[in-house]
Order: sequence, then C-alpha cells, then structure tokens
Amino acid sequence: MSIRVGEAAEAPSFQKAAHMLLKDDQLRTNVRHATDVITQKRSHVVAEQHDWQQLRDAGSAIKAHTLRFLDHYLDQFEAACTAAGGHVHWAADADEANRIIVGLIQRQGGREIIKVKTMTSDEIGLNRALEANGIHPHETDLADMIIQLGHDQPSHIVVPALHKNRRQVREIFMQAMGLKELGDRPEDLTDAARRYLREKFLKVKIGFSGANFLIAETGGVCVVESEGNGRMCLTLPDVLITIAGVEKVIPTFRDLEVFLQLLPRSATGERMNPYNSLWTGVHPDEGPREFHVVLLDNGRTRILADHESRETLHCIRCGACLNTCPVYRQTGGHAYGSIYAGPIGAILTPQLFDMEHSQSLPYASSLCGACYEVCPVKINIPEVLIHLRGRVVREQQSGASLEAIGMKAMARVFATRRRFEAAQRLGRIAQWPFISQGWIHHLPGMLGNWTAVRDLRPMPSQTFRNWWRGREKGNSND
Amino acid sequence: MTETTSAARSAIFDRIQKANSSVQARSQVADYAAISREYQQSASKHRAAILETFAERLREYDARVHQASSMTVAEAIRIALAEHGQHSALVANAFPKEWLPDGLSWRAEADAEVDAMDKAEGAIVTCKVAIAHTGTIVLKDARKLTLLPDRLLCVVREDQVVETVPEAFARLQSLATDALTFVSGPSATADIEMTRIRGVHGPRFLDVVLV
Ligand code: SF4
Repeated sequence: MSIRVGEAAEAPSFQKAAHMLLKDDQLRTNVRHATDVITQKRSHVVAEQHDWQQLRDAGSAIKAHTLRFLDHYLDQFEAACTAAGGHVHWAADADEANRIIVGLIQRQGGREIIKVKTMTSDEIGLNRALEANGIHPHETDLADMIIQLGHDQPSHIVVPALHKNRRQVREIFMQAMGLKELGDRPEDLTDAARRYLREKFLKVKIGFSGANFLIAETGGVCVVESEGNGRMCLTLPDVLITIAGVEKVIPTFRDLEVFLQLLPRSATGERMNPYNSLWTGVHPDEGPREFHVVLLDNGRTRILADHESRETLHCIRCGACLNTCPVYRQTGGHAYGSIYAGPIGAILTPQLFDMEHSQSLPYASSLCGACYEVCPVKINIPEVLIHLRGRVVREQQSGASLEAIGMKAMARVFATRRRFEAAQRLGRIAQWPFISQGWIHHLPGMLGNWTAVRDLRPMPSQTFRNWWRGREKGNSND
Repeated sequence: MTETTSAARSAIFDRIQKANSSVQARSQVADYAAISREYQQSASKHRAAILETFAERLREYDARVHQASSMTVAEAIRIALAEHGQHSALVANAFPKEWLPDGLSWRAEADAEVDAMDKAEGAIVTCKVAIAHTGTIVLKDARKLTLLPDRLLCVVREDQVVETVPEAFARLQSLATDALTFVSGPSATADIEMTRIRGVHGPRFLDVVLV
C-alpha cells in the first residue's frame, strides 16, 4: 500500500522550506491580512453563539463515538446510499482511488470534468492522474481556479489562493482566458470567472466533488460552499462522482444541526455559508442520473489504530487552527510541504505517511495551544504533537543521531500531560525578557535557530487548560 | 464493483475492527444515546423577535425583505420584481399560482430546459423551513431553478420560521432523504484579498417575501 499526501513526498523539510518562504514578503503580507480578517470575523460570530462550548462538546463527542463504531456507520452508509440508487466504491490508497475514478470517467467516454474544491482529491493527486489519462479537470472554485490557471499550489485549506493579490490574479486570468482587457477590482475578476465557467457548467457532463459529511442513517451527502460552483457541479452534470475519507461519516441527519453550526462560524466567520447541498443517491427529475461515491482510507485506519492521536480524524477542515497559529501566520501554507498545512497539517501529514516522511512537521509548532482553543471539534493538537514527537524520536533511535538524542530528552519531558504543562509554564515564565511589543524576536541557545527565521508570538499568559480549570472552579470571567 | 474494490473494503473493515477492538465498552445504540447535547435546541425568543432577527440577518447578507399578508403576496411580489425592472420569471412546480401577480409573464419549472433557466430573468419559489438565527431558507428540489437565473425570490410563511438550527432539523427529519438546499444570502466569495463579492455563480439577488 502506498500512502501519498499530495506532493508532500517531494517537499523539503519544514524548517528548510520555511526559511525560504520567510523571505517572500508578499506572501507574508497576504497571509497575515487574510488570517486577520477571518480570525476577527470568527471571534465575532463565536462570541454571539452563547452555546458555543456545548456545541464543541457535542461535535467532539459525536466524532469520537463515530470513530468507535466506524465499521457500523460505514456499512450503514453504504447500504442506504446503494438503496437510494448510488454506487459505493472502496479505495485502500491514493492509487486505487485514482484508478477507480479514472475508470468511471472513461466508462462514460468523458474527456473533461468539472470539479468543486476538495482537499481529498489534492491528497490523492487526482488531477495529475486524470491528466495522465487525457482527462482535463476544470477547477471551479474561484481560488482553486486561480491556483490551477496559475500552475501553483494551494496555501490554505479554506482560502487556497490567499497568497495571491488582485494584480496577480488579473494577470493569471488574462493569460489563461485570453482576455485583452480586465479590471483588477475583485468584482471584475469574479465576473470574468463567472462568464468563463458558466459555459463549462452547462457543457461538461461529469461532475466531481468532495463531501463535508456522509450521513449513515440516510446514505446522504452534504457539501458546504459559498460560490454556487459546488451546486453547479452537483446538479447539472449527468454523472456525479464524490470522494470522501472514511472518517467523513456521521451517524444521523440530525447530527448536522451540530456541525452546520460549528463549521461556517469556524471556517469563514459566517453564521451560515451561502449554500449547503444535501442529496441522497439519485433523485428522479433532479440532478445527476448516476451517482458514485469513492470512500478512501489512504492511512486513515492506521491513525485510528493509535488511540493517543486518533482524534486527528475528528477534523472537519475548517482552517481555524491555521488562521490562529503564529507559526502558520509567519510562514504560510507552502512551508508544510503538504496540502494539509498549519497545526492540523503538522499532525495529519506525518500520520498519513506513517511517520516515514515529514518527520520535521511535528516540530512546526510553538505549542502555544491556540489551535486547541479554536478547534470546533476539540482536537487537542498540542497533545497529539507531543505524542507524535515521541514517536518520531522512538523511530529515529536506531539512527541515533545527535539530534535524536536531544529529542529523546524532549520526548521524556513531554511524555505525560503534567510534565508537558510544567514545561509550558516554564516556557511562559522564561520567555518574558525576550518579548518586545508582544512578539518574540530572539531566543537564546538552541531555540535561537528557530527565531532567527521568524518572530514568535509569546504564549498566552494563561493556557487554555489553566483557564478551563479556573473556570470549573468557579472563577470564570467569560 | 471490481475484485480489488471489494478487497479494499474488507481490508478497511478489518483494520477498523482491529483498531476498535478495545474501545467499544457498550453497544453502539447506548454509546450514541450517551452523547451530551447541552446546546440550545428550542426557541428562547418571542415570535415577533424571531421574525425580526430573521429579517435582520437576511439584510446583513444583502438580501431584500418584503412584508406581506396572504391577501397581498401577489402585490408584494409585483413590487419586488418591479424594483429590479423584472417582467418575467420561471416558477417552481409547487408554487401556489394564485400568488403570482397579474401581468407577470411566467413559465413553470417543468417546462423549462437548462438553457431557458440560464437565460431567465429570475426564479420564484417557496421554502420548507427558515432559520432566524442564521438567516437561512431551506429549499426542497428545484435545485437548478434556484441556481441558474440571476435573481431568486422566495416566499416564506411566518409559521415556517424557527429560531434555531436544531428546530429546523427537527422539522426537516421527514425530508431527510430529499434534495435539500440551505440558502443563506446570495452566492458570495472572499477569495480575492478577502473582499466579499456578491454573486459568483449563483443568483446575485435574493428577495424574500415574508407572509
Ligand atoms: S483541526 Fe480543528 S481547527 Fe484545525 S482544521 Fe481541523 S477542525 Fe478546524
């Protein structure tokens, strides 16, 4: 079995890539601006949702429960989807998924497909596999289209093209669409995309999508989006192919009441995103007459087997942990060398790879805890990181490099939650002499290598866990 | 489908069962029932306040809201369309025809091909339920009709408006296997420099007539 996560296997280590990318001022400016805007909007709509913590608890509990009975729910989903006229396919890894998808398209005699944003298809490198077989995928999300037409890589889960500004987008569009004139206001650019793609939507007969949620109870699928390109791909073509990781299944239709409140507020800072589409198999007189869903493992069941880190599979890909992460905000997504960037990328990518590659990723974090605080399904990313660092060290021991020996000590420090918290407290106390205007510019000794390439935001004066404990004791100030 | 596919299926199920062999302390049913749902599940506001919130949230999404009584729906639709200078529309199959204003040139959804929808001035539909807290209308079927034309007008009855998302799901349970679309404002993107732009591929204008 060969697990692949996008182009990650070819990427340099995080530290090396980060070093290169930090020199790109344009990228840093754009990343900061975009993450600032989303973070502010998010805080606003999360603050007004008075039952936010209860929703997080429920979201996390539903996901944990689903993982415990994952075989039951996948079986139920398959039966219900099939009964509703859909076809369910199983793929153990990226290559198998690509083979199935290419085969389905070839059976239709298709030479092109319209695609709605899906991380999972980037994960398996679908576009490359399609092109190798003479099939052209049209990306239809504005951002993905900018990436595709500009021959670039996405840099963010939710806003993949945030590293491009309007002038760069204008140039890409003029060249790719063969336009002589085009304004550079976002309205002009959006309008150009609308005209360019409308023709494709009406013409191309095969649509391709990911899924935000698979509903075991009904065999239904839910896709969440903003632009309407998703609805175009889901309803206009004759044939629809959907890919989803096996962890995307949720037990019931009703469970959406939790996730459809958590996801939009976390992802884009909206109360609800403009469109959520729900469908079940094929509907008479409505949408595609043929529907296929490809369920992908590609390393997920291996993550499930590690009980210390299986909560990684709770992730609903909202991107909130990226926006809040001081490391991500400094380096942008490309440094992670994987389509999954930021804190979630730092724990997901190495696990999907079974720690063979990307061993530097678990270190791409300052363990400040901000990602855990914002995660709508309460993935304790810092703890999973610590656990994975331990695994990296154990797996490197045979090599016994100097670095590995240093890391062994670190693994011991971080082996238990109590020691980790003590280290965090120590970090907070020890760091104050180096802070100026809220940013850490230089750290002494070994850690100096790290801050030489970027400024760190200091740890919050209270960790989330400290705050939470205080809250439980009744001295809450929320 | 193929042999490898079913091989993949059994390999995946094997690995899941191994990974889960020590974590299933109780039955799936009992474990599901034990999920704590302390979040708000019923209305906390008065009807008037709920309707007020609904209208306010819609306006924040750049939608237009028109009030009407059941006697004056046709008149409210006429005014809404006149504001756009719109003279014709495609109408959802299930839409009550007595609500259509005199003088409007309309065709039923069932008689319109995709090309006609693409060229239509606008669509007129009803919804199944509406959510005040998020400014959402939930549509059943009519997926192309409510997507291709540049303007969408939806008639919402006041008794269809609930306060919270969970109340909406309780009402939608009997439609759980239907094709449902949750619409919250006109289509939008913020992909270029985080500037929110209305109307990428879906309708650029959303009018809601509240009856
Ligand atoms: S880990 Fe949590 S915060 Fe990060 S993308 Fe996934 S769900 Fe969102």
